[in-house]
Amino acid sequence: MRVSSVMHVKILGRLALQGRQLWGQLVSMRTALVLLFLLAIAAIPGATFPQRALNPAKVTRYYNDHPTLAPILDRLWGFDVFASPWFAAIYLLLFISLTGCLISRIRVHLLPLILGPPKVPAQLSKLPLYAVLDTSAQTPEATASSVLAALRRLHWRRIRQRIHGEAEGAAEITLSAERGQLRELGNLVFHFALVVVLIGVAVGSLWGWKGGALIVEGGQFCNAVQSYDQFSPGRLVKDEGITPFCVSLRKFHASYLPNGQPVNYSAQLRYTDGAAAGQREPRHPYTLEVNHPLRMDGAGMFLINHGYAPVLRYTDRYGTVFESPTPFLPRDSALRSEGVVVLPDANQDPATRKRTRNSEVAFEGLYVPTAGSIPPFVRSLYPARGNEGITLLAYRGNTGLDSGVPRSVYSLDQSRVSSGDLKLLGSKFLRPGQSWKLDDGSQVEFVGSKQWMSVEVSHDPGRLTALTGAVAMVLGLLVSLFTRRRRLFVRLRPTTGGTRVELAGLTRADSEAFAAEFDRIEGAIRNAVSAEPTDNKE
Amino acid sequence: MPIDQSLADVSNTFFLWTIVAYTVAMSCYAIEYAFGTRGAVAAAARSSAAPVRQRELVGVAPGGPATTPTPPEPPDELETAAPGLRSDANRVLGGIAVAATFLGFALALTSLVTRGVSVGRVPWGNMYEFVCLACLVGVLCWLIVIIRRPQLRHLGLFVLLPVVLLLGLAGTVLYAEAAPLVPALNSVWLKIHVSAAATSSGIFLFGFVCAVLYLLRQGYDARIAEGRVVKFPFTLAPRLPVAESLERLTFRVHALAFPLWTFAVIAGAIWAEAAWTRYWGWDPKETWAFISWVVYAAYLHARATAGWWGKRATFIVVLGWATMMVNLFVINLVQTGLHSYAGVN
Ligand code: HEM
Repeated sequence: MRVSSVMHVKILGRLALQGRQLWGQLVSMRTALVLLFLLAIAAIPGATFPQRALNPAKVTRYYNDHPTLAPILDRLWGFDVFASPWFAAIYLLLFISLTGCLISRIRVHLLPLILGPPKVPAQLSKLPLYAVLDTSAQTPEATASSVLAALRRLHWRRIRQRIHGEAEGAAEITLSAERGQLRELGNLVFHFALVVVLIGVAVGSLWGWKGGALIVEGGQFCNAVQSYDQFSPGRLVKDEGITPFCVSLRKFHASYLPNGQPVNYSAQLRYTDGAAAGQREPRHPYTLEVNHPLRMDGAGMFLINHGYAPVLRYTDRYGTVFESPTPFLPRDSALRSEGVVVLPDANQDPATRKRTRNSEVAFEGLYVPTAGSIPPFVRSLYPARGNEGITLLAYRGNTGLDSGVPRSVYSLDQSRVSSGDLKLLGSKFLRPGQSWKLDDGSQVEFVGSKQWMSVEVSHDPGRLTALTGAVAMVLGLLVSLFTRRRRLFVRLRPTTGGTRVELAGLTRADSEAFAAEFDRIEGAIRNAVSAEPTDNKE
Repeated sequence: MPIDQSLADVSNTFFLWTIVAYTVAMSCYAIEYAFGTRGAVAAAARSSAAPVRQRELVGVAPGGPATTPTPPEPPDELETAAPGLRSDANRVLGGIAVAATFLGFALALTSLVTRGVSVGRVPWGNMYEFVCLACLVGVLCWLIVIIRRPQLRHLGLFVLLPVVLLLGLAGTVLYAEAAPLVPALNSVWLKIHVSAAATSSGIFLFGFVCAVLYLLRQGYDARIAEGRVVKFPFTLAPRLPVAESLERLTFRVHALAFPLWTFAVIAGAIWAEAAWTRYWGWDPKETWAFISWVVYAAYLHARATAGWWGKRATFIVVLGWATMMVNLFVINLVQTGLHSYAGVN
């Protein structure tokens, strides 16, 4: 029993020692340096590979282009670098290291700040800046008060005077003074603010969320997880916790230069946030523009992209009419846009409601806002609507739309075409109002187009914390890099018939200007005590 | 907003003449550098026996107050290292070089201003303009140095070489016609964020040059001390200033650029918040700005860490500049994120 408990104590003691050593390692500047570098290196894949949180479509494309590499990268979180456990680990270690080193640095730097200038070193002549003056017929006390006055005139404020030895009238006096202590304070503020920024970022990534959505003119969007095209929540976000709001898009407006360069985008919205959201039509008008996001209770919305949504009216063989705008994807800067309109419910007998698989209809479309004057009308000359038109490819057959395979809604599953499930009926170019009769008596009309906008909606509860930290960081950094900390030591010793004044200065290696300042101080003191110059080299 | 095309053309002409002026300056510097007297080596070696009282970069009028005599100043490290320009030809060349540098700077400034006036906005709305501004700042740093230390002018070669390369790339690969801003850039934050980013990039550029010069000099000194053969590029080093002075200059330049860069990144984050309601999204451009920031912070730290001062710390500067270049060229040209800045099609 005894033996084993002694062993336990020993082992515990060793563990404690190792723990302390480990802690010491973790909070050293070298470790912080390494962690800092690691963080930078860890960020590189995040800027190299497409990231899911930024652009899921690019990740899909990467999968297609690199079928072998992509799954491996994915397993290593290569497409979610900034949400990966290894990024979080580095971040956390840096955070701990920084907090730990802050605590020890506060001890090291705040104490001297409170305690004032240190004692005068024994051998002043060893310091980098050194001068000796001799006065005649003055006691150290009298000389000291002249020196103090001279220093005060030069704005040295924190001066400590010490009297050594009791010998009356012949005591040795030392003065020590310090300026630029703000440097350490600035440095502390900087590092502390860095921790604050890290906290703000962490809060944002744990409790914040963002999502992307697309709204067509006349359409409405309400804030709920399932209404987003893509949604990335922070780890601690609960679905119910998402603040409600609804937004409807009245009109989208884009203006361009004659060469097609966009000048301005604006979206006229109505929105309702808070408790009333979702209960009635959105009411508050707002103009959403680039650099002018919509801020609502608990979330912000900004404009990312825009495009056209052609409206097709399809009348099937039973006379049922299908009409809706379908967002098309812009393919170039003149907004040549592609998309598909799939009607899996077309050509069902309204009497029997029986699904006839082989008479589903799909259109592939190429929309141009401004078509040229001669066919084929597949190039857009200008991004605004001038002479719009759409080239349609009509298909009939089995679209496979409810076959359970997720796929882009902007393109048709080409394997269905090659397998013969979908048959191409032909193609036609339509201008607004024109229609095209298909072989089974059904008819499609190009009604016109609406515009759509895509928005990103996000909520970040840590941003004010991060901003505060960032501002403090810059201020602390400026103070710390542009104040020079410098110390001045004076020793006054009685000599026969006078006082010998030894003057020395100490500063960081980077403060070459201090040499000049030291010269001025020396001159001022010499004038103040009216001393004869003494040879420096003794 | 209408574009004044003829003024934009004037700006382009000034841009071309800027490159010509800088190239002339560079050639003169190069000749002067190659044929300057060799006596400087010995002088530099002598002066590295450290004087008691260190005199460093900041110019100090010799002597204290007029009434008090002071002991003679030890020789200035940087001055001693300058080549003794004995021959008149060299003096003329050096004069032409400095004049051409000033002229080039004036031309570059005019080019930027006319570009701004022609499009009615600040002239840093695309990458071409960004690089022009950064180079302007880089050269300005150099002009400040030669105004304070005329004897250093023979080092102009090393400053103008990267500037001319960057401007060449700006005028070819990155060139964008004068045009108003794309909607995404139409914000007051463009004025704040991009000007800070371009200015700090220019200072970093100059700092990078100082770092390379230091590494050359340091490598040369080490080779001499160890009795090794000095090969290119270290053969360039004997006429460089003393290693410690270059190291200190490198630090001071970065101590200026780093807070500005920090500010630029933060202003960018605030702009991102204003435009996109989120201040940071790990967009490639943001990510690389962060990487550069971390690398330069690591440099400031490394310099304060025992055993890292000098060569090892200064290598981090080279790394830092490499990350800046990645951000400027690779990210803008190859990858695109939300930052619709490049203006390169
Ligand atoms: C364990 C953690 C850390 C310690 C012990 C530490 C310590 C120090 C020290 C002693 C200095 C002063 C250097 C000098 O006086 O020249 C300094 C400066 C600096 N540190 Fe840190 N640091 C730590 C973490 C960080 C981190 C994570 C960053 C983030 C980028 C950072 C950024 C800076 C910067 C930019 C400076 C230069 C500005 C100044 O002198 O205040 N530090 N640090």
